[in-house]
Amino acid sequence: MPIALDFAAVLQEWPLLLKGMVWTLGLTTIAAVLGLTLGIAAAWTRTEGSGVGRLLVAMYVESIRNTPFIVQLFFIFFGLPALGVKLSPEWASVIAMVINLGAYSAEIVRAGIQATPRGQVEAALSLAMTRAHIFTRVVLPPALQRVWPALASQIIIVMLGSAVCGQIATEELSFAANLIQSRNFRAFEAFIVATALYLLLSITVRDVLNRVGRLFLFGGRRG
Amino acid sequence: MKISKRLMLSASLALGLSVVTGLSHAQTALDSIQKSKLIKIAIPTDFPPYGFVGIDLQPQGLDIDMANYIAHKLNVKVELLPVTSANRIAYLQTKKADLVISTLGKNPEREKVIDFTSAYSPFFQAVFAPKTLNIKSFNDLAGKSVGVTRGAMEDQELTKVAPSGLDIKRFEDNNATVSAFVAGQTQLIATGASVAANMMQRNPQLGAEYKLLLKDSPNFIGIAKGEDALRLKVNTIIAEAKKSGDIEKMAQKWLGRAAGNLPE
Repeated sequence: MPIALDFAAVLQEWPLLLKGMVWTLGLTTIAAVLGLTLGIAAAWTRTEGSGVGRLLVAMYVESIRNTPFIVQLFFIFFGLPALGVKLSPEWASVIAMVINLGAYSAEIVRAGIQATPRGQVEAALSLAMTRAHIFTRVVLPPALQRVWPALASQIIIVMLGSAVCGQIATEELSFAANLIQSRNFRAFEAFIVATALYLLLSITVRDVLNRVGRLFLFGGRRG
Repeated sequence: MKISKRLMLSASLALGLSVVTGLSHAQTALDSIQKSKLIKIAIPTDFPPYGFVGIDLQPQGLDIDMANYIAHKLNVKVELLPVTSANRIAYLQTKKADLVISTLGKNPEREKVIDFTSAYSPFFQAVFAPKTLNIKSFNDLAGKSVGVTRGAMEDQELTKVAPSGLDIKRFEDNNATVSAFVAGQTQLIATGASVAANMMQRNPQLGAEYKLLLKDSPNFIGIAKGEDALRLKVNTIIAEAKKSGDIEKMAQKWLGRAAGNLPE
């Protein structure tokens, strides 16, 4: 039997798809901002912090990097209510994404920090700059410059990983595709459309992140 | 000369393709089952007592018994494929399964894409909630959150009767839907009677009870469109099983109630 593709059946559900894209982008944006902040804080603690702080961050980073994202998500959504913490699917998704991105970006940023020559820090110290100043003005900017492409990739990986958030009823793009195919049984078409939309989102996000990097990290110059 | 060569090549390619597709078309599902002595049947593993994984990690339940029964009557081996409510129709469409015996209800949307045999077991879907929640009609659901399994019959029925302001949360499979309700993530749950009974039995602290009927829908066996030879064969097996009392025995064994009057 030849395959008869019927994209119209899927595309006429465009409000669902659009809503899904908005949710996927929204979750990714919040996760990127908060996750990177968390990652930078964790990287700072792991390089400059006290012994206890370093141990805690190491435990956090290793436990997140060595467990699947969906397990972390289920732990937050199905596990935490046992402790009295009830989160909506959307909150559980965004928290899982922030925690996940935080752990991975901590290691990426730490790599950038460690590549900063010791001499620069010593020069800043001799100018009587405070530790906070040295980190935010001398160490961090070139560190982020070095690892920005890796961070951008990690953000996109987290965005694509958010596809599993549909499992707990977060209405993101994969959820929309799944809902459509369960209504009209056009599974092949629904997932082709979802694939194309994810590709579009990834390319857009990468482009935006490149621009953001150029603007804030590379002083308007090409990186 | 060059062009004609290319033409001939594409023509012969097209011919070859049509021969291949023509061949696969001529062979019905029943032929290939009898030839390979193997039938592939999609079954649920998240739907006790129809289909679930026992402590020995083997699937069991009414649907699994029915799958084995049909394979036995066809005198072939059976390969059981675990599916979810959301993907079972796709298994038929992509020919990954010959039959879907997975608490499948019949409705016009589904009849457009697959065929059905006679009914083989009883079933109904309803909304369940704790006794403390006062629900008398579907209008009382406004402002509440209801968990449901995406793509299941109850999803479609609930969507039809939902008042505005009802927050429907759609989960991937029955386990997730039940877990969300048990964890208190949704106030109500719309699901099959058997799933609810199992959930209430394991979680008496919830104080959940039956609230509203969504649909009385016996289970049918799903089959790819146009596979009439296999469908008629299975219908004969079901009709004989009804006569011999085997259908009744399965209903009593797994559901603890009579099979009732099942539609053809």
